[in-house]
Amino acid sequence: MSGKRSTFLISALAFGFAFLYVPILLVIIYSFNEGKLVTVWSGFSTKWYVSLFNNDGMIDAAWNSLRIGVMSATLALALGTPAGLVMSRFGRFKGRTLFSGMIAAPLVMPEVITGLSLLLLFVTLEQIVGWPAGRGISTITIAHSTFCAAYVAVVVQSRLSGMDISVEEAAMDLGAKPGKIFFVITLPMILPALLAGWLLSFTLSLDDLVIASFVAGPGSTTLPMKVFSSVRLGVSPEINALATLIILAVSILIVIASIMILRSERMRNRTANASDI
Amino acid sequence: MLVPEAVLDRAHEDVHKTQPWNNPDAVPYIRFENVTKKFGDFYAVDDVSLDIYRHELFALLGGSGCGKTTLLRMLAGFEEPTSGKIYIDGVDMDGVPAYERPTNMMFQSYALFPHMSVEQNVAFGLVQDGVSRSEIRELVAEMLGLVQMSKFAKRKPHQLSGGQRQRVALARSLIKRPKVLLLDEPLGALDKKLREQTQFELVNIQEKVGTTFVMVTHDQEEAMTMASRIAVMNEGVINQIGTPFELYEYPNSRYTANFLGQVNLIEGVLVDDDEKYAVIKSDEAGCEIYIDHAVQGHEGMTFWAAIRPERLRLTKEAPEDTKYNCVSGKVEEIGYLGGISTYHVRLASGKRIKVTEPNSTRQIEPRYTWEDSVWVSWEAGAASVLNQ
Repeated sequence: MSGKRSTFLISALAFGFAFLYVPILLVIIYSFNEGKLVTVWSGFSTKWYVSLFNNDGMIDAAWNSLRIGVMSATLALALGTPAGLVMSRFGRFKGRTLFSGMIAAPLVMPEVITGLSLLLLFVTLEQIVGWPAGRGISTITIAHSTFCAAYVAVVVQSRLSGMDISVEEAAMDLGAKPGKIFFVITLPMILPALLAGWLLSFTLSLDDLVIASFVAGPGSTTLPMKVFSSVRLGVSPEINALATLIILAVSILIVIASIMILRSERMRNRTANASDI
Repeated sequence: MLVPEAVLDRAHEDVHKTQPWNNPDAVPYIRFENVTKKFGDFYAVDDVSLDIYRHELFALLGGSGCGKTTLLRMLAGFEEPTSGKIYIDGVDMDGVPAYERPTNMMFQSYALFPHMSVEQNVAFGLVQDGVSRSEIRELVAEMLGLVQMSKFAKRKPHQLSGGQRQRVALARSLIKRPKVLLLDEPLGALDKKLREQTQFELVNIQEKVGTTFVMVTHDQEEAMTMASRIAVMNEGVINQIGTPFELYEYPNSRYTANFLGQVNLIEGVLVDDDEKYAVIKSDEAGCEIYIDHAVQGHEGMTFWAAIRPERLRLTKEAPEDTKYNCVSGKVEEIGYLGGISTYHVRLASGKRIKVTEPNSTRQIEPRYTWEDSVWVSWEAGAASVLNQ
């Protein structure tokens, strides 16, 4: 290999990584900045972390986000799983195309429209049946679970389509009734997909700013909303500290997940080799 | 039926026991009555009637898309017939769901439950029936012993080899002592050596447990090795039903003759029909074919003489009598398979005849080589005459 080419490749790689990670690195570095200016370095300090943890508004928003994330992900799982099941297991039925289109629609719908329409729905409902009384955590949870359910349905459907249907037939053949088959055979087999769907919904909910802004009420500010509004008043180094903590949490989760996947793969290989002997 | 009287006319008591299909008083265990299954406009199974008797190992044989799997799935209850009736042990299966039928199925993909151990897989059927725990443990241990998988009871399916998975699937489908065991391409996923070995094992297990087996396969060798009777299927209908012997020696159509083993089909016209013999004149072969029995048909009708490659004789010199059953040609291709050799002989008309010869003695050099002029001849009884 010529030296020229390898220099080019290496510099391209370096540039690519720099493009992706230098901004993140800067955020981390500036979170330890002493000065109040976000872009001027004036010495090392951890005081912004201290002030972050003393900022009740920020902590409340984070707590709200976590609660909404867990609730809407769980609700989305309960709604999306049956939808995925119907799409992959009920064969051709009347209105199937309409149904699948309606499931996929929230995935491509602009968030502004989803948010606005849900807001209108909640307001109308309040006028007619008196529920939900005002907007708050419950309305955000409902709003999030609607579009998250679509993601869950897609994940579950693709997992079910890849699954050998004769496994379920075998269970039926051996005397299990359809309802039981779902809980004893299908559910354990699609568990990884359910987990993935839940995590995906949780992340999407945690991440969402637009829809939440539409359907939020007093006292239900989520973390993205809080960050966005405080950035509008000027980027405070506190936000850098918060970003650093989030990056840290995500990195730890990714490392743990990778180790778990690696370990289970290694174990599978080992046992597979053992059975060949 | 083209099977001669001599073959059918062995109606002794013991024959009735071992060949219930030849006993007019025998009651069929499984009965398909004019069963049709349509998928949209497509007839997967077209007006099939079929009787299967107790303790049989019955094979449904045919190419892909011939309807054999659909027939099996209707028996299992995974598909409902569009019309017609299915009886198992005298009970009409109409509306009986799969989980209540007295059948169990061994799937082509084995369909083992990946999240359960071997033991749990085998026990599944009994657990559904609410059998007591101690009894389940006993029966599972016994069944795993039968298929020689006791050592692997605690393993998960992904930790097993293909052959081991097949055994687990068999054990799982046998544990409920079904009236009928259905096998969908039971050996399809195994390699050739293992398949041959497993064929006999399956037959042994069937004899041991005495269950009626209905098996679907596209492998004619597998069907002939294992089955008591075979139904040859094509495009949703059954072409012929018979023992492996009957099907091979007395095929009723070109399709069956071609499907089971290899065959030379020589087209010709009936020129002489007598009570004791018949003569077919073939332009294709450039000879007259003498048949040692009468043919049902009139003179001038088109027939095919089906002759198995191993019933043909290959000689360098012309036989004494070259009037009938004798053609000459050139050796075009040679396949040396060790135990036997196959020769493709091209006749003057351009037709190719396939001949196989056993290499029963050790030779210094091959008997024939390419472009050798040879004579191909056969006995009067070698050919079966087909009209479809």
